[in-house]
Amino acid sequence: MIWDLHCHLNGVDGRTPEERMSQLLKYADRMGVDRLIVFLGMSFSRSYDPKPDDFRQQNDEVIQAISHWMDRALGFAYLNPNYLQESLDEIDRCIKNGPLVGIKLWVAARCDDEAVDTIIERVAELKGVIFQHTWYKVSGNLDGESTPEELARLAKRHPEIPLICGHTGGDWERGIRAIRDCPNVSIGTGGFDPTAGITEMAVRELGADRIIYGSDIGGRSISSQLAKITGAQVSKESQQQILGANLKKMLLPILREKGIKP
Amino acid sequence: MIDVNVSLFQWPFRRLPHDTTDPLVKKLKNAGVTQAWVGSFEAILHEDADGVNRRLAAECQQKGAGFLIPFGCVNPTLPDWKEDVRRCQEKYQMPGVRLHPNYHGYALDSELFADLVTECHQRNLIVQISLRMEDVRTQHPLVQVPDVDVKPLLELLPKFPGLKIVLLNSQRSLRSPLVTQLAKAGDVYYDFAMLEGIGGVGKFIEDVPYQRVLFGSHFPFFYFESSQLKLKESDLGETIRSAIAAGNAEKLT
Ligand SMILES: [Zn+2]
Repeated sequence: MIWDLHCHLNGVDGRTPEERMSQLLKYADRMGVDRLIVFLGMSFSRSYDPKPDDFRQQNDEVIQAISHWMDRALGFAYLNPNYLQESLDEIDRCIKNGPLVGIKLWVAARCDDEAVDTIIERVAELKGVIFQHTWYKVSGNLDGESTPEELARLAKRHPEIPLICGHTGGDWERGIRAIRDCPNVSIGTGGFDPTAGITEMAVRELGADRIIYGSDIGGRSISSQLAKITGAQVSKESQQQILGANLKKMLLPILREKGIKP
Repeated sequence: MIDVNVSLFQWPFRRLPHDTTDPLVKKLKNAGVTQAWVGSFEAILHEDADGVNRRLAAECQQKGAGFLIPFGCVNPTLPDWKEDVRRCQEKYQMPGVRLHPNYHGYALDSELFADLVTECHQRNLIVQISLRMEDVRTQHPLVQVPDVDVKPLLELLPKFPGLKIVLLNSQRSLRSPLVTQLAKAGDVYYDFAMLEGIGGVGKFIEDVPYQRVLFGSHFPFFYFESSQLKLKESDLGETIRSAIAAGNAEKLT
């Protein structure tokens, strides 16, 4: 069983969200991936600091994309902490009263900003999953681009709320260390090169139950990202946890709530 | 399968799961690789280039004769580098060289590079150029090495008909239309170790004739499975798949 935590509607052919979703699923079928979690719209690079109309439209595209494949695709809502009230309203619209099952925070604001505390508390009440993009770029992060250390600070203020550290910080040797002492933080393995040793170190330092497979398709290849798990010298049980079981477990409460078959 | 992008010995900044030769050979053979073109991780920082090449040749001979095919390191900023080219071919019987212009500090529009290419062309050596070894965003803070700019090859290649160039780890920095233009300008081949994007290989052969695409893994720096799975991710059909997996590289040597 393979569930992909990290998929997008861009970087793949198709004129409509539905066409792109069907393309993603075509490749998922070839590679044996059962479920895809999708977030961000058809062209998400319009702005790093999207206005409410912008992120609402992107969420509409995700809702449209997954609507025909509820058994294969799930979606997260994209929010911008710089528009706190609008983000809280969007949580209600998309998660409480809509089909989405979590949130994605990208590079609009650093995640130790206090608006993020309010957002994740609300999402946790709804049992939604929280995914935060993180990077450590030696060349310098974007203004609003969080590091795993900033996520660790947020995590320590909310030890009961599970958080996902997207990209493991890219520079995973630093990223794993940064969140190591936060048991409520899991790493997302998608969206960086398939550098050998990542999964071995993560299992060693975090345990297999804190690692979640994701790809970052269409910008990445399913193969390069799957290889990090299937090519790692870790046990078969660990691989199964990482490839799907951990994510499924994390999503189970909200799927039950929404009556979506896990 | 012929894997044209493998390295032996130790990456300077991290131990890798397969950075000793016996397990590396075993892993490749189990995966169906019949021949691996190998450079040395030592090549990027060592200045005793012949020491690097001598160890590489000996290791290939001892641990994988006929299977590990050594590609030597030449750094044209070093004194008497032509002797390294000569030894690569005559002494170590290498079919080509693997260049790291970014780590060695010269540009492809420099006279040094033109001289090096002239030498390799005369000797009919394959010239592999590694555009990067890792994501520039995750490099060691004190060793930040930019990608190789291969645009100058457009002007250079027509002067060296028949010169075989293999660009390794190119796709994260090299985009169309340059990738198409280079393939037209000369005998330029590409591996796909760093090719990303869903269905990437299938899309790449819309930009470059499939005859110019070679299987390369950047193993053991990358998990080998990455490139292996890419051949499955795109629906290539058997003719194209087998040409990319081995046939194209076979014709090169
Ligand atoms: Zn992403």
